[in-house]
Amino acid sequence: MSESTFVEPTRRDMLYIATGAFAAVGAGAVVWPFISQMNPDASTVALASTEVDIAAIPEGGILTVKWRGKPVFIRHRTKKEIEEAVTTPIASLPDPQTDQARVKKADWLVVVGVCTHLGCVPLGAPGSRGDYDGWFCPCHGSHYDTSGRIRRGPAPTNLVVPQYDFLTDTKLRIG
Amino acid sequence: MKTFKSIFTAALILGAAVVATTSANAAGEVEKPTRQSWSFGGPFGKFDRGQLQRGFQVYREVCAACHTLNKVAFRNLADKGGPEFSDSQIKALAAEYKIKDFDDKGEPIERDGRAADRFPKLFVNSDAAAAVHGVAPPDFSVIAKARGYSRGFPLFILDAFPGMAYQEHGVDYVAALLTGYTKPDDLNWNKYFPGHAIKMAKPLSADQVAYADGTPTTEAQYAKDVSAFLYWAAEPKMEERKRTGLNVMLFLLVFAGLMYFTKKKIWADAH
Amino acid sequence: MSGHSTYVPQSAIGRWFESRLPILGLMHGSFVSYPTPRNLNYMWTFGAMLSFMLVAQIITGIVLAMHYTPHVDFAFASVEHIMRDVNWGWFMRYAHANGASMFFIAVYMHMFRGLYYGSYKAPREVLWILGVIIFLLMMATAFMGYVLPWGQMSFWGATVITNLFSAIPLVGEAITTWLWGGYSVDNPTLNRFFSLHYLLPFMLVGIVILHVWALHVVGQNNPAGVEVKNVQRDTLAFTPYATAKDSFALVLFLIVFAWFIFYVPNYLGHADNYIEANPLVTPAHIVPEWYFLPFYAILRAIPSKLGGVVAMFGSIAVLAFLPWLDTSKVKSASFRPVYKVFFWVFVLVSIGLGYLGAMPAEGGYVIAARILTAYYFGFFLLIMPLLGMFETPKAVPATIADAVLAKRGNVVMNPAE
Repeated sequence: MSESTFVEPTRRDMLYIATGAFAAVGAGAVVWPFISQMNPDASTVALASTEVDIAAIPEGGILTVKWRGKPVFIRHRTKKEIEEAVTTPIASLPDPQTDQARVKKADWLVVVGVCTHLGCVPLGAPGSRGDYDGWFCPCHGSHYDTSGRIRRGPAPTNLVVPQYDFLTDTKLRIG
Repeated sequence: MKTFKSIFTAALILGAAVVATTSANAAGEVEKPTRQSWSFGGPFGKFDRGQLQRGFQVYREVCAACHTLNKVAFRNLADKGGPEFSDSQIKALAAEYKIKDFDDKGEPIERDGRAADRFPKLFVNSDAAAAVHGVAPPDFSVIAKARGYSRGFPLFILDAFPGMAYQEHGVDYVAALLTGYTKPDDLNWNKYFPGHAIKMAKPLSADQVAYADGTPTTEAQYAKDVSAFLYWAAEPKMEERKRTGLNVMLFLLVFAGLMYFTKKKIWADAH
Repeated sequence: MSGHSTYVPQSAIGRWFESRLPILGLMHGSFVSYPTPRNLNYMWTFGAMLSFMLVAQIITGIVLAMHYTPHVDFAFASVEHIMRDVNWGWFMRYAHANGASMFFIAVYMHMFRGLYYGSYKAPREVLWILGVIIFLLMMATAFMGYVLPWGQMSFWGATVITNLFSAIPLVGEAITTWLWGGYSVDNPTLNRFFSLHYLLPFMLVGIVILHVWALHVVGQNNPAGVEVKNVQRDTLAFTPYATAKDSFALVLFLIVFAWFIFYVPNYLGHADNYIEANPLVTPAHIVPEWYFLPFYAILRAIPSKLGGVVAMFGSIAVLAFLPWLDTSKVKSASFRPVYKVFFWVFVLVSIGLGYLGAMPAEGGYVIAARILTAYYFGFFLLIMPLLGMFETPKAVPATIADAVLAKRGNVVMNPAE
């Protein structure tokens, strides 16, 4: 008698726990598609690389192309600019990185044109390139050098170098 | 209760009479397509990769002259659950197409296609297509779902039920249409086309497309393969859908069992 | 019935909050301690399913709106984009499209249940009329939603339904032009339909809250059709009893829903809607979605334009007057032998009208539709008022508890018999 009254509630609890656990698993599984649908869709992912012809960029010129909805700066650097970038003492930088680590060919600098502070697009037209001849972000006054490294201002890190490859000497694939 | 039963019977007879007279009314139109057995039919159906690849070959070598595939991207041909061509095959294929685009000076150009591009349009719009072809040839992206036929009462009801589920009306129609040119002296007469007079002259004939895998190169085989390919084009997520469905069903069945006993336990002390 | 809640939260924070905003007590009173008649059968679980479907449709709908483009040039392509590119997009769209059908399946079961058990009679008139308003809003929402994919059926369905308003004398043409925002169904129409399709479900939520509120004021009807007399003997607490039963029924409902989504997702749709809208070519057969078919059959049964439109809207409007058209004192059809027969014939007639709505409007179909339409209106306008006077009902149990005891002790009276 006492045994059966003891066993009964345990079995019942097991059933409730199993049902509850199943409901929780089901709810969890249903949530995933609703989260996942906001991630980049297949057509966006497929467009994640873009090819650019750089033959026409003169020395000292910057071409801005759109990649993943953001500007990418392709800068054909002058001898002087390369010189500045290479000779800068690494130790004095807020985000220490050598110029060699940021380019594939010394003539060409490729960086994502988004300030690492709060996402504005830095200015790069001659005369508004900031104190270090690179870029100047007008939003909160960040100065970048000719290697796209942060030199002064609130931005915490250097301009991001996207993944890219030289398909030929004049053709670049970004992404 | 007796009155109820007699009225019920009377209603049934009335209903049957209505159905009988009306279906006789509707008969005598076009012949219904034959129901094929497809590898992708039923709850566990999957595409036959070889068939999809052959079907694509037929589409490209025959249909693509007039019919576009605007909603399908080249990359889709490499997607899981599709023809599953390799990435390099896709790249080579895409490069054979010219895509309208703009260069960085805003000038219109035609560049080589990339995997991310969709199959290009042949005409700017349907009016331009109609001007050339008489009738604008329909786009083929969802054609296998955009065509269909009714199996009529009461068979159409059964089409919804497990064990008898039938969703392939459209693809059966396409396959039937392609083999429905049964009057050798009239290439624009089709057995399955409403009204029989079809603008598209008989498109397929034996040995027209060279298959690499030794599949017989008959008209019927071409029709089946290209129809299967078009069904995939219309429903590219079908395998993913059915696979997910199986998991969901198994889960729900177990959950229903648990809920049944839970409900029973809870209600046990209600009486 | 529900009265003032005597709920006291257990935690101190709960009590602090409760004395400032008694929302916990409201929830407890509505969904935990709320007394439900103990003799409810499974036909009473469709209310829970309807609440579920409303929420499910709103959630999948919000997701679809994130990826859809309401423009005539892009709408069709954006739906295909959802089907092909968006992560789980095919699931969202099939769940939403088939969800509409599941919603209507549930609402028709809910309505027929109300019709069978006399749930519209005093004191539930307002509850019932709110239900009719919900049904109307559902139909408007579903209709506009069907236009959004911009297929051939979307376009021609929109054209035909908006043209109904042109039947109104004098101002009809002006009203249709106003509805379209142009001289035919076009981009402005698609845009406003999208906007309204997004808005109406939230209005539905509002009316549903009133519907549930009204329900909790008068209490649920039940298969015996007698009011609760003794809460102890006649009722069970909503939680866990009704909660468990509703949940079980909901899972069964979900199995059917999942079957449609994953295995026959296009069964309830129409092939022509996978052809992009073309204002110059009308499809051979214009057929609305299945849940509109009976009303469509009534529309076409009447040989005059204005008459058809009036009959169609009248067939829904008449529902609002049921509380006064039905003169019988007895609620439940279980104790009304004659009404029961007419009720089942009415169900068959409704299904028959649905069948005829899908058939071409010619010959025998039209005649059949006229006969069935006559029965549809006759049921409400003649049979209901007259039966109350001439029918002799069976003995009605004195209380719900008696009904339960009679059912268990004696022959099982299956209400769906």
